[in-house]
Amino acid sequence: MDSQKSISRVWSSLSSGLLCSAPLFVLLGLGFFGPLALVMLYSVQPRGSFSPFGTPTLENYIDIIEQAFYLSFGWSLLLAIISTALLLIICYPLALALKRYSGGMADTLTLLVVAPLFVAENIRLQGWVLFFDKAGFLDGSLNYLFGFGPGSLVNNVPSIVFGMVYIYLPFMLFPVLLGLSNVPTDVREAALDLGASKWRIFRDIEIPLAMPGILIGSLLCFVISLGAFSEAKFLGKGVIVTIAQDIESAFSYGQNWPRGSALAVLLIILAGTAVFFAMRKIDLNKVLGTR
Amino acid sequence: MPAEPIMELLGVDKYFGNLAAVNQITLAFEEGEFFTLVGPSGSGKTTLLRMLAGMDKPTRGDILLRGERVNDRPANWRPTCMVFQSLALFPHMTVGGNVEYPLKCRGTPPSERKERAVRCLELSHLPISYYDRPVTTCSGGERQRVALARALAFDPEILFFDEPLSAIDYRLRKTLEKEIKDIQRETKKTFVYITHSLEEAMVMSDRIGVMRDGGLAQIGSPHEIYSNPVNRFVCEFMGEVNSIAVTRGNGGELWCESMGAAITPPSSVETSFRQGTLMIRPENMRLVNPDEGRSTNVFSGELFNEYVLGSRIQYQIRCKNDTFLVERLREAGLPKSGDQVSFGWNPEDSMLFPE
Repeated sequence: MDSQKSISRVWSSLSSGLLCSAPLFVLLGLGFFGPLALVMLYSVQPRGSFSPFGTPTLENYIDIIEQAFYLSFGWSLLLAIISTALLLIICYPLALALKRYSGGMADTLTLLVVAPLFVAENIRLQGWVLFFDKAGFLDGSLNYLFGFGPGSLVNNVPSIVFGMVYIYLPFMLFPVLLGLSNVPTDVREAALDLGASKWRIFRDIEIPLAMPGILIGSLLCFVISLGAFSEAKFLGKGVIVTIAQDIESAFSYGQNWPRGSALAVLLIILAGTAVFFAMRKIDLNKVLGTR
Repeated sequence: MPAEPIMELLGVDKYFGNLAAVNQITLAFEEGEFFTLVGPSGSGKTTLLRMLAGMDKPTRGDILLRGERVNDRPANWRPTCMVFQSLALFPHMTVGGNVEYPLKCRGTPPSERKERAVRCLELSHLPISYYDRPVTTCSGGERQRVALARALAFDPEILFFDEPLSAIDYRLRKTLEKEIKDIQRETKKTFVYITHSLEEAMVMSDRIGVMRDGGLAQIGSPHEIYSNPVNRFVCEFMGEVNSIAVTRGNGGELWCESMGAAITPPSSVETSFRQGTLMIRPENMRLVNPDEGRSTNVFSGELFNEYVLGSRIQYQIRCKNDTFLVERLREAGLPKSGDQVSFGWNPEDSMLFPE
């Protein structure tokens, strides 16, 4: 009798949970897992095939290895690592400074950081191109005022890194800010009181306690920079090709869906590996303060 | 005259904007004493302690450590250590890691560190098996002990406590109060403790300083402060008290308007005031048998409330427009609510504070 009751209670709570999460399941199924499965399926189709139901083959992967695609993989990986590292170096002190402010000032500063997100990424990047290009805003103004200018500052790798750091800043800043909010002031003061130097407090207290936020921010930035291509396209103007550009052109100009799919699968594996290793170190409940 | 004080404050002020959180405090701590600062919230206790520990700097005045000015010496360069109200344990470390942290900062070799940590855990009554436990798995009382052990491991010359027991339940608090006092006796270190709990102050301290609005109202032994408070504030802060507004007549007699009666004052009383407050502790009040025939300061009133306080009982008695608290041992045959009773006090047990 009692056990029956508790079983029905478990079932009802389970079913209400299932019911509530159903919309998400449907959305994820149709919008995420469906296309993912389709991409995987296409990646093992013969070259240039438009049907997902041909005889499975690994020829696309072999093509990728034989042709120099590792270059674009390498560039994407390198750019992702460099921009994530730079973002970390920029955002950590920024987050520390933001944490000092409270109330209205903090809101204003947060709004300033968030505001650019309301403008489309491509438009913002084009803005930077107009700013940095030869006879652009910077070069033109300097030429007009002083008779000389830096010429074109775009069309190179550093400008691509600049664009990525600029675009992804909020994705690093806010997780790091969240991480730093897990470092109580009095814990820091206690360490100081126990004789710890500033450097020691940073290394022994601040970094370990803020680590979940730092990891999440780095992971987020790393994964999205792996798939970046607008920065290379607009600011780099084709000086290098990222893997996302390769995927795009395989699908569009190349009209070779299986190759694009195979490239996408490899990129997903790369990003997935990073996520897997980082998530093993993160306790999400702890970060979000639900425990 | 005792030896040179271990720490001294000379005219210390601390302003936050225009607000004086600590106002002209001059005070000396003697080596090896247990000094408690008590006062209501916002009286400046924590601000004062933070300056002593080196986490804040005084706006004016000097802090001397064994005669040396240390105003600008940061917390990590002072031989003092503080137990925080929040305890401020390092949540990502084990109990052992927490306790050993000050030794690590000092560069003590690992084997020696562990040895000392174990000794400090013992001193604060924590089982050695806790050494490897994550500190987050400890209960409130255990964390308290970890915080204490960590401070002891630092081996400070002065230990500061910022109301560490305020979040702990009554029984455990009583135990920990005694333990802290025992540790102080054992280690012979100077302890400076702040609390808003009068009881805590009384149990542990050699001397108490009562703070009010950023200043020190009185310094003295617990007994001195309880029995001879310098003003109404200290008297009221140190425990429940009956207060009666009185006027002094030309002949020196006291007249209480609200009761419409003359009152015999304590014998040692200054003569240069017209109005004042007479204060008597509830335990100094007594119920009087009507046929006892004592006449000084005996009044009658209606007993309208009784509170049982364990071994003691407290009555509320209404007499004209005044209410009195009378406390006595609980025993058989005591009056009940609604009874008419006579009550009074020995004039020497009352304290008179001129306005």
